[in-house]
Amino acid sequence: MTVLDRRSNRLGVWGWLGGGRWGMERYAYILHRITGLAILLYLLLHIVVTSFRVEGIYLWTGNGFLHSPVFEMGEYLVFAAFAYHACNGLRLVLVELGVAVGKPTEPVFPYKTSLNVQRPLLIGMMFLALILVAMGAYAELIG
Amino acid sequence: MNRTRLWILHMAAGVVLFLVLGMHMAIMHLGGVSHLFAPYAGTADSIQNSLFRDRMPFFTVSYVLLLGVALFHGLYGFRTILFELTLKRAAERAITVVLLVVGLGLFALGTWAAVAAHGMALAGVKG
Amino acid sequence: MQRTDESMRTVTFHVSRYQPEGKRGAYVEAYDVPVHEGMTVLEGLHYIKDNLDSTLVWRYSCRMGVCGSCGMLVNGRPRLACTTQILHVAGGHLAVGPLPNFEIIRDLVPDLTSMFEKHVSIQPHILRKNEEEVNSTEGEFYQSPEQLEQYLQFAYCIKCGCCMAACPTMATDARYLGPMPLTAAQRYNADTRDDGRQERNLQTGSPAGVFRCHYGGECSRVCPKGVDPAKALQLLKRRLVLDALHLFRKKEPCRKLEGSGSGEVLPNIAAAPAHTVQCSGQS
Repeated sequence: MTVLDRRSNRLGVWGWLGGGRWGMERYAYILHRITGLAILLYLLLHIVVTSFRVEGIYLWTGNGFLHSPVFEMGEYLVFAAFAYHACNGLRLVLVELGVAVGKPTEPVFPYKTSLNVQRPLLIGMMFLALILVAMGAYAELIG
Repeated sequence: MNRTRLWILHMAAGVVLFLVLGMHMAIMHLGGVSHLFAPYAGTADSIQNSLFRDRMPFFTVSYVLLLGVALFHGLYGFRTILFELTLKRAAERAITVVLLVVGLGLFALGTWAAVAAHGMALAGVKG
Repeated sequence: MQRTDESMRTVTFHVSRYQPEGKRGAYVEAYDVPVHEGMTVLEGLHYIKDNLDSTLVWRYSCRMGVCGSCGMLVNGRPRLACTTQILHVAGGHLAVGPLPNFEIIRDLVPDLTSMFEKHVSIQPHILRKNEEEVNSTEGEFYQSPEQLEQYLQFAYCIKCGCCMAACPTMATDARYLGPMPLTAAQRYNADTRDDGRQERNLQTGSPAGVFRCHYGGECSRVCPKGVDPAKALQLLKRRLVLDALHLFRKKEPCRKLEGSGSGEVLPNIAAAPAHTVQCSGQS
């Protein structure tokens, strides 16, 4: 008997991003991942850079290397990423502990799922993140 | 430690970060609005304002707490993402070791810096 | 079945093809299909096979959303071909492909073996310390309607694999158990007759287990039966956390009631015919 080849249809990392037909929670998931990785990269560099202050080196003030509009803008983006990651993360803690997903019910078409139950929480958290991002921008402008 | 316990720690670290990193961010990025712990003129991250905070034991403690919790939450999260790539077991073990070394190394560096900066800031006041 | 020309529209099916013996790899073939209102994707595929290309292969059985055989990627979304109306999802063009995150045997036929192996690994059946009690036909386990509701939704799963195809973690992680097996685990964990949660926790709380779920929500969005796997997985996580912290009170599984029970038959209800209430012991 000959064994015929199978074709792997696994989507790979592209499958994390998905196509354009996905829902709000999928985009929240992708953005959570991207902002998390960005904040981690910043954190690792931040620990090293701020440790230099013991040697009297303040790279982020005066004529330091990091005291330029590009890096200031970058730091604001890190703040925005934090605001999103923190607000969405709080939602995920509630959802993943089964608090905000509702009880099992008889499915009746058109189906209402746990996504609909936690949706107000998602929208509220995104609103909170937006306020924080706007506050950060305002503080940056007057600061 | 099993996966459930690690995940609980990851979640708990996230909630702690929401508070501690939230405070850090409020000081650093909302300073123009809040002026928290930044009594001197200029931005919250100026040398004078940095020294002002380094003098307070509260900040030394919170820096070390923030450092540990953030490193665990971030590196464990990164490890979770990497482990979803169906890697070989040997590669997974190598990643765990590398992330542990990086995490502990940066934790040691940051803790030393926070404590040393506290000492120097206090010495600066006296001298 | 044939309608008048006015009510017909032509929709071009772009079908993903693959023949393992052809060495050609995957490719897309286009077919023009006359479509009438109410026509399903499955009927469209039948039209192609009957009139345009008899070599097209897919898997189906019941034609009414019960068997879970015809899960496929319709216009970028995992759906059952039999419960998806062409004109509901397509204008002039319709893309039909096999389910992602599985190995493809031929054309639109995915190999679901990996999913079923994971399903078996979480022991999707009633586990009790006393095996005999389960296997004996004498007596019955008492369960209230409220207790039934704790798992009934998850029991509607037809194992079509749409959730596995939509899950972002499944896109890269071949070891992840996936939404379907984990939902089955929650279905039995939540069953008051079952006593196997601690045993299943070893699987569901493993590195391949439920903590690979990050609530992208796609499984619940594509599920053709409204099973809501995302909800099941979050409830499963909650139980795992409570178990790990020893916060969940130990509950005994429901007992088996021997004999006819103590309930009274309501008036105006006719007695059941004798042969329908005989136990296997009697005859």
